[in-house]
Amino acid sequence: MDFFHVLVVLLESTIRVSVPLVFAALAGLFTERAGVFDIGLEGKMLGAAFAAGAVAAVTQSVWMGLLAAILISILLSLVHGYASITQRGNQIVSGVAINFIVAGSTVILGEAWFRQGGRTPALAEGARFQTINLPGADAIREVPVLGPIYADLLSGHFLLTYLAFAMVPASWWILYRTRFGLRLRAVGENPGAVDTAGISVIWLRYRAVICCGILCGFAGAYLSLAMTAGFVKGMTAGKGYIALAALIFAKWRPKNVMFACLLFGFLDALAIRLQGTPLPLVGQVPVQLMQALPYILTVILLAGFIGKAIPPKAGGVPYVKER
Amino acid sequence: MSTPYAKLPGWVEYGLIPLINLAVAFLVAGLVVLLVGENPFEAAYHLINGAFGRGEYIGFTLYYATTFIFTGLAVAVAFHAGLFNIGGEGQAYVGGIGVALACLWLDQVMPWYVVFPLAIVGSVFFGALWAFLPGWLQAKRGSHIVITTIMFNFIASSLMVYLLTRVLKPLGSMAPQTRTFAEGGQLPKLDWLLSIFGLNVGTAPFNISFLLALAAAFGVWVLIWRTKLGYEMRTMGNSPSAARYAGIRESRITVITMMISGGLAGMMALNPIMGEQFRMQLDFVQGAGFVGIAVALMGRSHPGGIIPAAILFGVLYQGGAEIAFEMPSISRDMIVIIQGLVILFAGALENMFRPAITRAFAMRGQRAAAVVQTKGA
Repeated sequence: MDFFHVLVVLLESTIRVSVPLVFAALAGLFTERAGVFDIGLEGKMLGAAFAAGAVAAVTQSVWMGLLAAILISILLSLVHGYASITQRGNQIVSGVAINFIVAGSTVILGEAWFRQGGRTPALAEGARFQTINLPGADAIREVPVLGPIYADLLSGHFLLTYLAFAMVPASWWILYRTRFGLRLRAVGENPGAVDTAGISVIWLRYRAVICCGILCGFAGAYLSLAMTAGFVKGMTAGKGYIALAALIFAKWRPKNVMFACLLFGFLDALAIRLQGTPLPLVGQVPVQLMQALPYILTVILLAGFIGKAIPPKAGGVPYVKER
Repeated sequence: MSTPYAKLPGWVEYGLIPLINLAVAFLVAGLVVLLVGENPFEAAYHLINGAFGRGEYIGFTLYYATTFIFTGLAVAVAFHAGLFNIGGEGQAYVGGIGVALACLWLDQVMPWYVVFPLAIVGSVFFGALWAFLPGWLQAKRGSHIVITTIMFNFIASSLMVYLLTRVLKPLGSMAPQTRTFAEGGQLPKLDWLLSIFGLNVGTAPFNISFLLALAAAFGVWVLIWRTKLGYEMRTMGNSPSAARYAGIRESRITVITMMISGGLAGMMALNPIMGEQFRMQLDFVQGAGFVGIAVALMGRSHPGGIIPAAILFGVLYQGGAEIAFEMPSISRDMIVIIQGLVILFAGALENMFRPAITRAFAMRGQRAAAVVQTKGA
């Protein structure tokens, strides 16, 4: 029973840390499927987390915070879109630039506005998300096996957590079952064909970039309004890059994205859990190895040793109309 | 892809356009200063004064510039072959192992001029090693170099935390760093170079690796524009298909270019480790690998542009520290914003003002032609 309890706790924290990854990786899924590479996920998430924390602190409203997060994130996405779609600039360079601008601005503005060393004030109860108890969770808790799974693992999460996991089938549906999704995927594979069909490549890509902005907004808001009560400088701490790794690991498919994020989240949770405890057979695993594992796995995957990750064909290439 | 832009005179292409992009980046940075509620002109004054106001300040500016020349060259060499090496950060970090090993081994028995060459070899070796894997994976397995180098940055950072907390840390010490090097592991300052101009270097760690950086810049120029390898690299960068038809072995060039790039990034470690801190500390690279991207973009991947661009970033780092000191509401993170804006405007949006400039030049050209015609009549 003890092992079971540990497992439930571990999986519960896996879900908790996976949420921003799921949002951000789905965000990347939309733009990259449309042919715009985005390594600025980190920056967008950080910008959104800051906007959420700052606005929620000022307005004392969690919804205003969420709205601000989404708006800022869309704005940053549009900058990326303008640079890489309209100006046909280098998408990687643009993403790097956004990460830098946000990393610096959140600290400077946070310090100037709140004077708490780059943090936003701690949020009171109404200004952040509260956990939701699913119906009957308390009643069923004492039931063996099923009880803890339902009451501790599935119940007691934030609204955004449920939204994140609901977004997985929703994204699948949008991408594979709607006309917009079909065109969006086409524009990432062969923009020329889409253009010939009389559909605007530019407008489609902008819409994909906006979808990315919305989802990154949720990811950021989750960090500062749900996971913690307020913004702390640099709080994304590489999650944007892990999401990027998860996206590649998932070979740009929605369902795989969820599992990749859960896997990386699990490794993260496990690393914290295992700190200082020796494992049977292998002895004590350095925490650093556990932390590097998602990146190492991604490199191995990219090298084609565990299946091949083939990115959308037109990814990273700005579209130039035949003249 | 063909460039849809008309050809412009060299001084416009390499002088005016980067300057306009830079000016816009600073303009936007000025807006951020306004947003914070400070005076941008006052900030600009502290920036310039903090970077050049005293011999000591100039020493610091050039110390930072040294670092950025190395990382800028690293990114530029890869750019020429059409590779985007975003892993300079990790390569510089791992390059530090080579420097630290040479110093820890010989610092007590040998003078610096024996340790230094070994440390150079070590830094190049480890930096190149860290770039070899992404290069090889791209060449042989088709992994995207940008993604692998990003991943390698994170792996490097975990590796270094492990090494510095468990392996290279002296017994009984709590801080994650190597022991302090004896005299043999410390580079002499370039105080004589500044004293030629009547300046006193003071406490600034401006050291001999600056000269190495200049030599590396010259070496890169020779490599890219005066050797067969450089020609092949540029061909591959301009047109991979042309390179393939010409019988250039792409995978070989990719791996070699990445190793040169990584080696240059690794050399960056000499400056802070042997020139300033005299030990290897956690996080000694401090984002210099990423600054290299901005430097290479600003300097148009040419050593002649990279050196001034690196000095510009040296000014930002040193002057930025002064701003942070004089104007407490503007912390050093302002540099990060400016850096991001430079990358955005000089890199991703480099063509934003080009149509307008091209139009202006076309108009001037027409007028000149008209003048010639009327005179001829």
